[in-house]
Amino acid sequence: MDSTPDASWFSRFGSFFARPWLGVLSRSLAAIFGGYALAATCAMFFAVALPIARGQAVLTGMLVAIVLCACAALWAFATRTALRAWVGILIPTALFWVGTELLRAGA
Amino acid sequence: MKNGFRQSMAWLHTWTGLLVGWLLLLIFMAGTASYYREEISRWMRPELPRSTVSNEVAAERAIAFLQHKAPQAESWNVTLPDPRNPAMRMFWRNPESMVKPPAEGEKRRRRGGGRFGDATVDPGTGEEVAARETRGGDFFYRLHFDLHYIPVYWARYLVGFCAMFMLVAIITGVITHKKIFKDFFTFRKDKGLRSWLDFHNVSAVMALPYHAMITYTGIVTLMFMYLPWGVNVAYPKDEDAFFSEAFARLADIETPSEGTATVLPIQQLLDAARAEWKGAQVSGFTLYHPGAANAVIDVYQRDGKRLSVDTPSLRYDAVSGALIEASPLSGGATQTRGVMYGLHLARFADWGLRALFFLSGLIGCLMVASGVVLWAVKERPKHAKSGKIGFGLRLVDALNIGAVAGLPIAFAAYFWGNRLLPVQMAERADAEVNVFFYAWGAALLAAFLWPKRLMWAWQLYVGAAMFLLIPVINALTTHAHLGVTLRNGDWVLAGFDLMMVAFGAVLAYCALRMQRWQPALSAAEKKKRQVAAAAAAKAQESAHAEANA
Repeated sequence: MDSTPDASWFSRFGSFFARPWLGVLSRSLAAIFGGYALAATCAMFFAVALPIARGQAVLTGMLVAIVLCACAALWAFATRTALRAWVGILIPTALFWVGTELLRAGA
Repeated sequence: MKNGFRQSMAWLHTWTGLLVGWLLLLIFMAGTASYYREEISRWMRPELPRSTVSNEVAAERAIAFLQHKAPQAESWNVTLPDPRNPAMRMFWRNPESMVKPPAEGEKRRRRGGGRFGDATVDPGTGEEVAARETRGGDFFYRLHFDLHYIPVYWARYLVGFCAMFMLVAIITGVITHKKIFKDFFTFRKDKGLRSWLDFHNVSAVMALPYHAMITYTGIVTLMFMYLPWGVNVAYPKDEDAFFSEAFARLADIETPSEGTATVLPIQQLLDAARAEWKGAQVSGFTLYHPGAANAVIDVYQRDGKRLSVDTPSLRYDAVSGALIEASPLSGGATQTRGVMYGLHLARFADWGLRALFFLSGLIGCLMVASGVVLWAVKERPKHAKSGKIGFGLRLVDALNIGAVAGLPIAFAAYFWGNRLLPVQMAERADAEVNVFFYAWGAALLAAFLWPKRLMWAWQLYVGAAMFLLIPVINALTTHAHLGVTLRNGDWVLAGFDLMMVAFGAVLAYCALRMQRWQPALSAAEKKKRQVAAAAAAKAQESAHAEANA
């Protein structure tokens, strides 16, 4: 076993993060805050991206975002690791965000 | 997260359901009661007349009343009587110059800064009705999404948060079920945990489309508050433009012109609207600038058979009678939202459909209640093994008793308060609401002090007695009791009293079951008893044989 101070610090650090309750906490945060961020960016993206009347696009975005928020919560607890839960929610969120900004800059 | 997808979802179902279960039960019960909001309001104001004049006569009397009461007002709004609510509600907007600053020591700020006046008028006489001060069924309607005692803004976020948990619990609940169709027909009686699970399944699956619909549409009703981001992006700094664009509203009202003119008879204007709608009924109207030369009237169509809450409206020149504008046809997404909103409120439902909605709501309450109880039943054997009830289970037990058995007590207490508080009391409507929360607080406190099985029975008995006594108290304090209402065929008031008796009877039955309940036997225990019984029978038989020999 490696006994350098660095490694033992690292392994302690690692074992701390391996605790199951931390995984649950992390997934819960991903589901609640990540899920809301996903819903918010989805609503924004639909509002500017859909090729229909502006008001209708805004409403469509909201109606879809609610369902997406619930799906994000399912994903957060269904996937294998807490890291995957975050990645799976934050990547589409980032894509929606970037898409919204690009379309706004283009408009 | 767990070893398999289904296990993960079962775990998620358990915890999303449990964490918000008690608040969700309050929301569900208040929402279910709100289906009969008008009927409850009527029962809680027994002084209200039961008049049956036509809408034309009612509208004429409304105009006469307003001309006398608020001649200077900028606009008059009138909701005409309908079969569910025989009184006319109206409010008017006073010009800014007429608004007095609130009097010294006036505690409550009037709504709209004192610019609005309102009255409830008997269409039979055209006089303001003098009914006791109460919030009636409106209290449950507000409680459903505004809760109470906390700022409305926070309450709505909290309710939305609970609704999202509920939506997740419903989806995960469906995923958890391998045999959703079979479970629908399965109920194993008197089997402890199994029975609770079966009951939870049956109540959930039986009204599943309703539960999913009501939860999603509930979030839709407040989605502009929860998700303002799309509006912010598409209409930067101009929210109003979004609402007028998306909701196809009538144009803004112009300022009143100089000079005076007489408004056409209201009957003629309403007839014109009905003809335009090919006979559809009018639910109410707003008259802007009564008396000015450019007075206009907006006429609103009654919900009737349409699912959507967005009802068509027409604007007429109130002096010449010319049609100025009709509400334009709205877009697909607007109509979808309107139907979602409409499904949640169920204003379109006639008495049969309304009863079905109410029944589904009650089943929803039972689903939530059986869910939180199920958690405790499942957890108990673990604690029993160690011989000590842990903090978590004790907490859940107390909250279960205080919510499932305590909330009915609070509902009944609210109705008691309506009949027993002095009619002329100051701040009476608030006092009634306080009675609701005092009663609930007492039930919760008792549950926390002694969260045992007999506490279940006692609280259920108290709730049963309080519901059963409501018609009695009603008969002692008013002239609108069963003896009168049944004879007159007033089914709204009679139905209310009879429903209270039915609730009381059901609660009493539950209390009796709780009191007599015996712990279910484990399989090993059962076998042991069977063996013992068989041995005893054998011994008896051989004793018989010996005696005969």
